[in-house]
Amino acid sequence: METTSNSSVFLLTVNGQIEGANFPDYDNLYCKYCYVYGHDWAPTTGLEEGITQITSKSSQSHKLIWNFPLETTFKSTSPSGWPQLVVSVYGPDIFGNDVVRGYGATHIPFTPGQHIRTIPMFVPEPTWRLQKFTGWLLGRRPEYTDPKVVAHGEGREVTRVRSQGFVTVSFHIMTKDMKRMGYDTGPTNSSTVQSATSSQSRDVQ
Amino acid sequence: MAASSDIREKLRKKRRALQDTLVKNKNEDDIQALVPSAKFNVDKQPTAMKEAEGSDEDPGETLRRTLRAQREKRKTKLLEQSFVQDEDVGEDSPTEYNSPNEGPSSRVDDSVVFTRPPTGSQRGVSVKSEQPSSSLHLDTFVTRHLQEKLRAARSKAESLQQQETSEDSSEPVSRLQRLKDRDTITRFDRKAHPVSSGRHDDPLTLRTRVKFREPARRVEKDFPTAEEAYNFFTFNYEPDQPSKPESKSRKRQKQRDGVEEDERDENGQEEAEEEEEDEAEEDNQDQNEFQSEEAPLVRNEDDLFVIDHSPQDFVEVRKAEYVGFKTRVQRERELLFTPSFLTVPTSVKLPENTKPRFLEDEGLYVGQRPAVSLTNENISENRVLKMAEGSKWFGDDGKILALPDPIKESSTRPPLFHMDEELDPALQTVYRKAIKSQYANLYIAGATDPEGDYQLDVDVSGLIFSHHPLFSREHVLASRLAQLYDQYLSRQQNNLTGHLTEKLNGLRKALRNMIRIHGEQGSSEALQHRISEYSLEVRNTRQLRDLEQEKDRTLLRSIIKVWKEIKSLRDFQKYTNTPFKLFLRRENVDRALDEWEYEGEILKEVLELEAESEEQYQKKLAEFNKQLEVWKLWRKKQKAKRKKKKKKKKGQTQDDTEEDEEEQEAGEEEEQDEIESEDPFEEDPVKPEVPERPEVDSLERWVREKASRIRRKPGEPILIPELSTSGGITASDLCPRAEVARREDVSRRSLFIKILYNYKEVSRTDSRSLSTDFRVHFGQIFNLKVLNCPQSINLQVFEEIGSSYSLLAQVFVPVPDPSVVTGRAPIEEIEFSSNQHVMFDHEGVGSDVPLSFESDGSNKLTLLTSGKLSCCVSWGVGEEGVPLAPPLSQHPAGAYRGPGHLDAVSYIGASGLYDMKKIGEWAIQSRLDPNDPKNTSIMHLLKVATSGEVAAPDYFRLEHLQEEFNFVSDEEMERSKRFRLLRLRNQEVPEFRNYKFVPLLEREISDKVFQDYEKRLREGETIDTRQHLDPHRAAVAKYLQQIRESVINRFIHTKHHYQLSDLVIEEEIPSIGLLGINLFKLAESKRPLKPQRKERKKVTAQNLSDGDIRLLVNVIRAHNIPIRKPQSSKPGQSSQSAIQGSDWYLSQVQVRPFVEVSFQRTVLQTTTAEGPNPSWNEELQLPFNAPNGDYSTGSLQSVKDEVFINIFDEVLYETGPSDKSRATSIHTQIEKHWLGSVKIPFSTIYSQSKIDGAFKVNTPAVLLGYSREHGSTSVYDQWQSTQGGTFIRLFITVEPQLVPGESVREKIKEAEFNSQEDERLLQASEKFEKHAAGGYPDRPCITTVIDLSGKTVFITRYIRPLNPPQEFLDAFPNNPQEATSLVARYVSLIPSLPDQVSFSATCDLLSTCDQFLTLLAGDEQEHAVLLCNYFLFLGKKAWLIIGTAIPEGPTAYVLTHEQSGYFIWNPSSGQFYEKGDTFCPLQTVGCLVNADNVWFNIQKNPSPLHTNFDVTKAKMWKPFFSRSFSHPGLSSVQPEELVYRQTDKAAAAELQDRVEKILKEKIMEWRPRHPTRWNRYCNTTLKQFLPKLELSRGQDVAEGHRVELQNLLGDYRISGFPLHLPFSEVGPIIEAVHSTGVHNIHSSNVEFALAVYIHPYPNNVLSVWVYLASLVRT
Repeated sequence: METTSNSSVFLLTVNGQIEGANFPDYDNLYCKYCYVYGHDWAPTTGLEEGITQITSKSSQSHKLIWNFPLETTFKSTSPSGWPQLVVSVYGPDIFGNDVVRGYGATHIPFTPGQHIRTIPMFVPEPTWRLQKFTGWLLGRRPEYTDPKVVAHGEGREVTRVRSQGFVTVSFHIMTKDMKRMGYDTGPTNSSTVQSATSSQSRDVQ
Repeated sequence: MAASSDIREKLRKKRRALQDTLVKNKNEDDIQALVPSAKFNVDKQPTAMKEAEGSDEDPGETLRRTLRAQREKRKTKLLEQSFVQDEDVGEDSPTEYNSPNEGPSSRVDDSVVFTRPPTGSQRGVSVKSEQPSSSLHLDTFVTRHLQEKLRAARSKAESLQQQETSEDSSEPVSRLQRLKDRDTITRFDRKAHPVSSGRHDDPLTLRTRVKFREPARRVEKDFPTAEEAYNFFTFNYEPDQPSKPESKSRKRQKQRDGVEEDERDENGQEEAEEEEEDEAEEDNQDQNEFQSEEAPLVRNEDDLFVIDHSPQDFVEVRKAEYVGFKTRVQRERELLFTPSFLTVPTSVKLPENTKPRFLEDEGLYVGQRPAVSLTNENISENRVLKMAEGSKWFGDDGKILALPDPIKESSTRPPLFHMDEELDPALQTVYRKAIKSQYANLYIAGATDPEGDYQLDVDVSGLIFSHHPLFSREHVLASRLAQLYDQYLSRQQNNLTGHLTEKLNGLRKALRNMIRIHGEQGSSEALQHRISEYSLEVRNTRQLRDLEQEKDRTLLRSIIKVWKEIKSLRDFQKYTNTPFKLFLRRENVDRALDEWEYEGEILKEVLELEAESEEQYQKKLAEFNKQLEVWKLWRKKQKAKRKKKKKKKKGQTQDDTEEDEEEQEAGEEEEQDEIESEDPFEEDPVKPEVPERPEVDSLERWVREKASRIRRKPGEPILIPELSTSGGITASDLCPRAEVARREDVSRRSLFIKILYNYKEVSRTDSRSLSTDFRVHFGQIFNLKVLNCPQSINLQVFEEIGSSYSLLAQVFVPVPDPSVVTGRAPIEEIEFSSNQHVMFDHEGVGSDVPLSFESDGSNKLTLLTSGKLSCCVSWGVGEEGVPLAPPLSQHPAGAYRGPGHLDAVSYIGASGLYDMKKIGEWAIQSRLDPNDPKNTSIMHLLKVATSGEVAAPDYFRLEHLQEEFNFVSDEEMERSKRFRLLRLRNQEVPEFRNYKFVPLLEREISDKVFQDYEKRLREGETIDTRQHLDPHRAAVAKYLQQIRESVINRFIHTKHHYQLSDLVIEEEIPSIGLLGINLFKLAESKRPLKPQRKERKKVTAQNLSDGDIRLLVNVIRAHNIPIRKPQSSKPGQSSQSAIQGSDWYLSQVQVRPFVEVSFQRTVLQTTTAEGPNPSWNEELQLPFNAPNGDYSTGSLQSVKDEVFINIFDEVLYETGPSDKSRATSIHTQIEKHWLGSVKIPFSTIYSQSKIDGAFKVNTPAVLLGYSREHGSTSVYDQWQSTQGGTFIRLFITVEPQLVPGESVREKIKEAEFNSQEDERLLQASEKFEKHAAGGYPDRPCITTVIDLSGKTVFITRYIRPLNPPQEFLDAFPNNPQEATSLVARYVSLIPSLPDQVSFSATCDLLSTCDQFLTLLAGDEQEHAVLLCNYFLFLGKKAWLIIGTAIPEGPTAYVLTHEQSGYFIWNPSSGQFYEKGDTFCPLQTVGCLVNADNVWFNIQKNPSPLHTNFDVTKAKMWKPFFSRSFSHPGLSSVQPEELVYRQTDKAAAAELQDRVEKILKEKIMEWRPRHPTRWNRYCNTTLKQFLPKLELSRGQDVAEGHRVELQNLLGDYRISGFPLHLPFSEVGPIIEAVHSTGVHNIHSSNVEFALAVYIHPYPNNVLSVWVYLASLVRT
């Protein structure tokens, strides 16, 4: 709508990686991710969506490792609609059909620094038994119309889901100008913040 | 070794015999086993509560005691042994003790041991290998020694093991092999040792016990003797490897019996001793045992030998050992056991010489055995048999013992058959609300941070029982004495009596003084008053003193009484239990003085009493007098009455003098009493009695009596009791048995206290034994780190007897105030009691048991266990003396975090919004416990409230916490542009619904943002006449706009209602039918000749964004396009051209049409085709953008955009030959001439998802330069041309397919389903519609519609004859046909507005005709209803057709029946079609409606062509109202008559000018780079044509018209056309003009002509004509 080139924004840089997942029963999975954010947010650099390689478990470890890097910078004018990372995991079932293995979402951490998030994953349940069976047989299990649904609270009451596994994501968060714009994101080391702002002001000068 | 085998045999026999007896005498055994075990228990821990055995029987007792002593001794020994062994003994000993055949049973026991040695010996080997090599010498010695012994043993064993080799090292081969294997292992181990033997020495020896060192050192010096070696073996290893010496020692035991016994053997031996076993047998048995062990011992020998050879072994290279298959099998057989699956013969399973018994055959009940396969049973039998004692697993019948099959055949749970019916109430599930855990989340705020750790110190100092079940009688009395003494002491300390006496004396003195003064100075009122007050005070004080004195006296008396009782009890029972001693100290007093005081006191009291009684008398007297007065007054009245009566009686005696009367009166006064009795019936004041004067003598007597009762007699010494605990307690030896038992019981008991914090045990004290004086001292302080808010602190007193403990009592300690800090808090004594019932058979009195101290058993009292717990709970003090208590403010807040305390009062408390007084009252009324921690905050609040003034506001706040969440004030919220923007966006106001990037800073928001919004808000109030040109229409438009907004708002609401299909994609289950079709499809040809369209995947709209949706328009072909007429400048030439016709026809192109599709200002066009029936077959893709980027269903439904499909003729003109390059090039100019258009609203496409069919092209009535006459003369063409229509075949759809928002509509329909119709009718209609939808899903059927107020109305109510405007009727009075078409035209002139756009939420919203005429907008249904009603008024037979048409989709048409047949009217175009017309846009006929009934079409083919419209035929039409459900006589919702307003002609003219002006401006605007010249002459000419066109209602008047024009404008090449539109707004007119593309002619010499004509019809219905022409001078 309006050009925001000259208006003030704050920046949120998300680095990190989708480290891996823990799905005890499934193998050969890949993961898709995307961000969901509010009206006041826009990605400036980096990939907004991505898809990982297919990974399989080794005989020793039971973890699926993707180590898929995330690098996105957002700009925003309001913390409302803070970006959420939505991950969805897919993989083949017994018959080789690609089916969904889980959806999950987490907010990007607010505070600068390193964070590790373990996202519990779930899939929608078929509405009735026969459907479940045919879905299993034909490899057409219920899926969300849009994975982004899991980032919203609205309308979820009509669905039934089953829990599936976990995806671990590590984040390295940097923010710029948050404090200057009057948003204090909690207990960060004050000295570092100060130095950051001072360097900032120097830059401005 | 024959002996040993014999013994074995014997043993086995005996064992069997024993088993037999065991089995047979099971019952006996049980009893036997029970009793001793009980006894065993008793002597283990003789509880007080045992069976009522004769404990007083002395001989039995002594016997038992001796036995017990013996056993005790034994037990102490046993206890020294390891736990396992102990357990073994514990199990075995009772049976041994009791069974008649003790020997065998013990042997059975031994046989268990018998199986053990192999493992033991193996362990021995491994240990051996660990021995340091420095003891090599010792080893060799031992080896030699052992060898000797071994040889001796083997000679014995040879006879036993005959099958084995007779060699010296007679060993089974397999064993030998195994040993060899082991050799290598040991060697491997040793490799390491010799290398660093010296170093290894010390640590290794350290491992063994110290004892080991000595012999080891000695070994180094010289060889030990046999004795030493033995000792070495027997001693040193004992503690470390208990099992290893076992084997060794046993070997020795043969020689040295019982001297130094292994513990295990000791055990065995002991048993033997105790059982007085046959020594010999025992010996043999031992022997037997050891011999069997010898064989494994040999291995040691081998080992030892190897050690000698070891140096060679290190370097020896050997072949890999091959073990033959057989040997391996043999070896395996040694280790492994494969149970055979063959049936085991019964004889093996049963004891010898017994036949299997079959209990079932004997008639006993035997349950069914669980089903086990025979093989499995055999295997397990074989396995069991292999075990020692295996045979005990078999029953009498030779089968494995088994319980009956527990699985029942049928379910024990009663089946629930009746699923539909009501369940038995007992089986119904009852819903209970979930209860929240009460103590979750009670954390003190801030407790998580390190500063906030709070500490609660609980000091449990001790416990005193005031009664305990183990109290003896003396204890009971003693405790009572102690209590009384305590009371006495406390009274003594307070000395209330003394205080009161002094006070009394003081008061008396003061009173005396006062009276004296009073006597001197005369009475003053104040003084009098004071005197009376004083005397009252004196009286009260005296009474109090008397009371206290009496209490003192009785206390003293009862102390003495109790003490006497104790003394007598002690005398009686001849022993003392308590150390209490009471001394009574006598203080002698001076008798005379005492007496004097005593008398003086009495005197004073008597005097006072006298005075008091006198006073009282006076008072009574005064009262009496007063009452007397009253009475007298009454008497007088009475008398007066009587006199009147008398007067009446003696009427004559009026001459009596008044004196007489007076006399009479006086007389009567005297005889008052008599008179009173005269009339007892009348209620009258009783005559008061004269009060008695008090007697002084009786007073004195009473005082003296009292004094003697409550006071010490004069001269009697003062008794001061002193209780001491110096008395001795009789030693237990001197006490009777019952008392001893009690004392023992007491000593066994111990107590501990559990500390429960918030009902969770946090710690407990050590258990302390109960002392004889029933005091327990704990003296422990517990520091509790507190995280949760203290709810309760509870101390539970537990009594422990042996290992079991029971809860005695609970003591709740109040949670201390934060100010109560450790060190300053006093220890409090908290009383407790328990009501448990305890009874003893010894001297203990028990608890809750009636107890009497009287000899006759009367005066019983029941004592409950009770006592005092002294403890102290306080908040801890941290370093630097900081109290570790939570701050007071947090404390109540934390307490109220619990869900149990969610009461509004405390929450509001923060702002003090309540009535203090009321709370105070409530607190008093409900008697709140101030100590209850729950109430602390209220109590605190009340305290504060009562101390200081708290202004209670007189308002109530609903959300009292809201204020805390406001981060800015409301004013600031209003003022801030940013917040306003955010709020508006959140409210989904259309302008801001998808606003992105609300700027962060206030100053970055420009005011422009709100302009549109504010403008819209302003518009809401003022009507913008400029845009609407017509005030009435503007008002209507505004009204429509409002409805639209409300509908859209409702949509936004419903948008948030999701269905599963909105969120989850789920494949539908293929039905069986579908599966069949799919199977059938397999046989289909892969590329069918006529491919069918496949269903596309539907996409819900909400996930879409810009550019995702495209509109696909497939332009296939067109029919009957007008063709160009040959240009001729003069009319005269026409004949010539006609002559040349055929020639010209061949040379000239008739028409070169192309199609241009414009949608949302995107314009695409097809290629140019040729001829009047072109075929393009082209697909055009147009992008679609939703308004505001909102792709929700509701938003899409309200899209108002239309798809314009225009047909143009591409005309090439040579611009004239250019002289220069005449030969080489021709300049042509392309012009496009509009031929016609089709307009399809997007909402139609959206709701139908695809539109496919031939559409009639809306061609202008006159098309200058074109004619419909085709050159060809074929019959078909002729016929077609007479039908007068151009048709275009289109296929339009949206890609991807969008799910129409039907669900939303359904939801709203359900939500607003209220109606005034009869419920039965509604049900019937629902059923009817459902049935119709079920049978013919593609035929629309409507029986009910929703009116503007949202109510459901039956559709027939809308049909009613209504009058059309009178002028139509008057216009052609003789020609009804004309009137009909006029009416139809009138209806069609009312602007049409698709429902999806206007009332998108409710599709079937149907307004009545008057509403429709007021709104001047409606959909096809409203048009059809109006038209139908007009037709009915005109006397026609008319019906409403509910059906589907192209392109509207579901729609409504009108059917009329006339003599010539049925006609179908399109109400929105005003055109009619005959029933057989193939070009009728109506495709299916769903149902017919008239005022009486609804008929549903049940014919095979629903197209109007094939439909029989005779509704009387039941086979073809299904009526709604039939005989079974007759028409209930529904009244119409339509008005009786329509009133029309004549439209203001002047306004119409004004509008006409304005429209013309606007259009001219627009056309110039569209041609920004070219000058637009208007041909005024032409303008006026055209203007003249238009009214004619209106008159002829658009009938073809083209020819004359053109000629006329041609005449007028000779040299111009004219192309142009009139457009005809109903008028709603200017916008659509502009749009229509734009779509013709007239303005696109760019030739330099073009001129334009434009004329507008607006014809007014009644009720503001306007017909708009726009004539557009372009002129090019040739």
